Amino acid sequence: MRFLRCADTGVLVEVADLAEVIALRAALEANPVPGVADVVPAARTLLLRVEPGTDPDAVAEAVTGLPLEPGADQGPGETVTIPVSYDGEDLDDVAELTGLTRRGVVEAHTGAVWTVAFCGFAPGFGYMVGDDPRLHVPRRGEARTRVPAGSVALAGEFTGVYPRSSPGGWQLLGRTDARIWDLDREPPGLLRPGVRVRFTEAEAS
Amino acid sequence: MSGVRTRALEVLAAGPMTTVQDTGRFGHAGLGVGRSGAADAASHALANRLLANPRDAATLETTLGGLRVRARGPVTVAVTGAEAPLRVDGRGAAANTVLHLPDGAELAMGVPERGLRSYLGVRGGVDVPPVLGSRSTDVLAGLGPDLPVPGALLPVGPAPAAPPNTDHAPTAPVGGPEAVLRVVLGPRDDWFTERAVDTLLSGRYEVTPRSDRVGARLSGPVLERARTGELPSEGMVAGSVQVPPGGEPVLFLADHPVTGGYPVVAVVCSEDLPGAAQARPGTRVRFTL
Repeated sequence: MRFLRCADTGVLVEVADLAEVIALRAALEANPVPGVADVVPAARTLLLRVEPGTDPDAVAEAVTGLPLEPGADQGPGETVTIPVSYDGEDLDDVAELTGLTRRGVVEAHTGAVWTVAFCGFAPGFGYMVGDDPRLHVPRRGEARTRVPAGSVALAGEFTGVYPRSSPGGWQLLGRTDARIWDLDREPPGLLRPGVRVRFTEAEAS
Repeated sequence: MSGVRTRALEVLAAGPMTTVQDTGRFGHAGLGVGRSGAADAASHALANRLLANPRDAATLETTLGGLRVRARGPVTVAVTGAEAPLRVDGRGAAANTVLHLPDGAELAMGVPERGLRSYLGVRGGVDVPPVLGSRSTDVLAGLGPDLPVPGALLPVGPAPAAPPNTDHAPTAPVGGPEAVLRVVLGPRDDWFTERAVDTLLSGRYEVTPRSDRVGARLSGPVLERARTGELPSEGMVAGSVQVPPGGEPVLFLADHPVTGGYPVVAVVCSEDLPGAAQARPGTRVRFTL
């Protein structure tokens, strides 16, 4: 575990892997650390936003002492199914990067079981990890200035669905009409940490 | 006391950009929801202090002035932040001062000569419905109250019990041709060459017009990375100096993305964040330790 300062406003905790991120997030939820206002889990790190005047070293010390139980956080444990029209602009590029055919990419994406590891980038944007390493691809060299809402995409070890149109650098596989983020729903996000996700091919309309 | 909640601010003009802001949204980072809130938290707090409001009462944050409102019912207001010339029904009025607007009075904000963001606070706060616990508009996330447009009626909340205990707050001028911002290196300064870190601390940067509440995009010497590869996305704080592949830094402000995939070379100290938020396009920026 490594502690990196974000001036006087945060402590970035770097851990070995995603499993440790998930375990530490659960530990922080069970044992809140004084002065920590918000926790932002990510792929290899947890950012602890601290209240003004908090001593970052004291936070680091408290976090080091937390008991970590692997698999402590099973999340809500629910499974959602997201229908996708696989007609994304980057499907050919992804096929080339993975060595699969276009069809093979679709089959791998729908065949994998995905789990939301954390949220970020935008409200309701869940970073989902799967069980098929063939789908690991880099982000695009140039980000797009506008990716349409509902775009289903890949980057690194993750898949994600853009909850609303925004700039983005992920590889676009297709799109979905599923309501990923809805403020009239409680909770508003469909893809919360711990939720399992299956993608299916949408019926052609 | 029924039927008295009819006080409101009627927006007549919103200037280049006006948003409703409070101290921000807490506790929803796990859903990917950022903090948002007043970009210059100090000026926002001052407006509320002058009016004896709770610190999280919502104000109007304007960008380069241009806001005009009409009082619907008598309201008490204060304008802080970038010092825009103020007129109440055509007569000059002072900033950082408690102003009593009778029903129908019009407050007009000109364009500030220095600084970028001014805050119009109202006693009782701007009482639009909160979204996920905050009245802040997050322009990146598209969360929170709609942008006030001409014709909008912004309800004013009930006045707090305590009366204002001062009518004027002397303040240092906000903004200027150069912003000197104290930083702490990291969390990812090890992704950059030593020369890049020296360049950050000695180079002259300038705020470009491609700047908003998300961040101030800077032009100036590029910062060279010491390593290639991709950084796994990680949480960001306001004040982060993030360096995209092009090498010119972006200084994140209130509506910054919750997570980002480019390395942060240094973070501006919280005390200097208001100064960063007041740096208008063309402002020179120097970073110091």
